[in-house]
Amino acid sequence: MIEFLNSIQNSLIYKNFFLILSGLDNTILLLLISLPVGFVLALLFALGRVSKIALISRTIASYIFVIRGTPLLVQIYLIYFGLGSVKFIRESFLWYALKEPFWCGVIALTINTVAYGAEIFRGGIQSIEKSQVESGLSLGFGKFLLLRKIILPIAIRKVLPSYGNELILMVKATSLVSLTTYMEMTGIARKIMAKTFAPVEAFIAAGILYLFLNFLMVQFVKYLEWKYNPHLRLNN
Amino acid sequence: MFKFDKLIFGDAGWGDEFLIATLMTLLVSILSMGLGLFLAIITVWAKIIQNRITRFIANFYTTVIRGVPELLVIYLIFFGGNAVVMSIAKVFGYNKYIELNALTIATIAIAVISATYSSEVLRASYLAISKGQIEAARSLGMNKFSIFFKVISPQVIRHALPGIGNVWQITLKDTSLISVTGLVEIMRQSRISSNVEHSPLTFLITAAILYLCLTTISGRVFKTLEVNYSKGFST
Repeated sequence: MIEFLNSIQNSLIYKNFFLILSGLDNTILLLLISLPVGFVLALLFALGRVSKIALISRTIASYIFVIRGTPLLVQIYLIYFGLGSVKFIRESFLWYALKEPFWCGVIALTINTVAYGAEIFRGGIQSIEKSQVESGLSLGFGKFLLLRKIILPIAIRKVLPSYGNELILMVKATSLVSLTTYMEMTGIARKIMAKTFAPVEAFIAAGILYLFLNFLMVQFVKYLEWKYNPHLRLNN
Repeated sequence: MFKFDKLIFGDAGWGDEFLIATLMTLLVSILSMGLGLFLAIITVWAKIIQNRITRFIANFYTTVIRGVPELLVIYLIFFGGNAVVMSIAKVFGYNKYIELNALTIATIAIAVISATYSSEVLRASYLAISKGQIEAARSLGMNKFSIFFKVISPQVIRHALPGIGNVWQITLKDTSLISVTGLVEIMRQSRISSNVEHSPLTFLITAAILYLCLTTISGRVFKTLEVNYSKGFST
């Protein structure tokens, strides 16, 4: 038994696992900032997208078009390498954030998720039946109250499954930040693969951690769906 | 800030290099989309035949590849692809060192990722075909092949086209990750150029515009195809 345990402890997967685990907090840190900020901004952008003022909705539509049409890697590089090469940005206060790969990653991820999230929420907002808005109006709801009590709750719970998908894509997207020298799980896995030339072991170790993160994300979304769709629960 | 003069064709600018890089991106996307669709058909087949083992393998494959970052899969194939090919070659008695070229590695890596998305799309559209049609075809005495090519495929293509269009967009954007293996496509070219000219903004914006053009144009193409394939069902 002890021999067996020793052989596990000496195995490459076991060692890699703890090496890569040390990058988990960096991955989570990226998500902890970009996901909540992205959620709030995506809601605001979705509202702007469906607004009747052409200037706002057109601007947001073109923003979404550009972000969804280009790879995230281009966006990350543009922020990390591109903006850093502009002189007046290097001399402004922005440089305090943009010189750090971490903040570049957070900004790029947020910009990206806002575009996808806004499109998802727009679908949710536009799928609300008119009668529900009208009944709110007939009860004398103001615009803000209508938004807070009727439009947003219905829209958000309708799009929870597809927003959950976006959240999982975001977990995977954090791996790209490793290309700006920010050492999160994929960055460490790459280092191990290049050093030991045992890619499978590093892949398994990192893969388990990513699958675990995504599993947690799925459970979280499932819980939210359960909580905010009480009318769909089987046993009431 | 944005140096237009660096983008002219010829020796003084990077225009022609970017053109070649764009064609390379397209080539990798098309090859890996094709290979991905082929893998996806096998995966769907493994999932729908009533066999626990093949279904488990197919589910395991799609769950794992969709659950881990694309970059990690690319690293795995980039660092491990040679070893796998060499050990297969050893079985056939070939002991020399084999090195896969960057295009092969890129195509395989992106195809493995793209196949998981395609397989979900294809499976859903296969399940959308009512069983009665297959039974009707069988009662007409059609064999398995003609059922597949004359009854199932045309309908699956029509149902799947919008989804396949989405997968194509994802695949096209995923090819940017291939730049880490050294294959000179748009992303790699923009890094090379900006390192030479010390002007990352110019070339990264160029890359962004090129990707935007590719996704927009191919989006149009898929719209046309969709219209074409749903002629009989137009409302």
